[in-house]
Amino acid sequence: MAVSNKPIVWGPFAAGGTLTAFLTPVLVLLTLLAALGHAPDLLAYDRLHAFAGHWLVKLALAGTVFLSLWSAAHRLRITCYDLGIRADTWVAAIVYAGALAGSGAAVLYLARI
Amino acid sequence: MAEEVKRKPYVRPVTSEWIFRHPRYIRYMVREFSCLFIGAWTLLMVWGLKQLAQGPQAWAAFLELLQHPVSIAFHFAALAFAVYHSVTWFNLTPKALPVQRGEAFVPDGAISGAHFAVWAVLSLAVLFLAGAF
Repeated sequence: MAVSNKPIVWGPFAAGGTLTAFLTPVLVLLTLLAALGHAPDLLAYDRLHAFAGHWLVKLALAGTVFLSLWSAAHRLRITCYDLGIRADTWVAAIVYAGALAGSGAAVLYLARI
Repeated sequence: MAEEVKRKPYVRPVTSEWIFRHPRYIRYMVREFSCLFIGAWTLLMVWGLKQLAQGPQAWAAFLELLQHPVSIAFHFAALAFAVYHSVTWFNLTPKALPVQRGEAFVPDGAISGAHFAVWAVLSLAVLFLAGAF
């Protein structure tokens, strides 16, 4: 039987695509409000620090960051191919490494909260 | 031994010009480019976590950074692309996850409609819980 690593990269892509479809617009709206000077109550330092301090929230945030970055990375890889960049191995290595690095950084920062 | 065939192999030229051949292809590319905005916004949030971990002053600086005109423009674009991703994703869900009831399939509209409804309720719930109202 042929062995493929496709499910490994595609699984988090599909999960991340679904998660970002449900969650990203409203989360962007929250930071857009902050950008316009009307930061929602949750984004006040004390409240957000306490909120992000809970282990369950940390887990959810780390998971959200990983799935969002991974699905974006996978889509970027496919887009590079569509645009005529045929060095797929290199592109894949770079974008997935970037997603993992971003997720690792998020875990590191969450551990400090 | 067969004579070696000396012929210039045909290399199909790879260009990105195809995108502009049909509006459908442009819409496809717009959808795919949403990944840049979702990815960039997520990295911005990772930066925010760093600032949050550093203390109140660093967090205040982050909120200040968000109010920069470039950030405001980026947020509007990111919101538009994120919404476009959601709409296309939910419209595709019935194709990716067809549900069969007996002999017949549940109509596409019912599956994507359910996703749109959950999306709306979830978004309102997050806005409410975050104190945006």
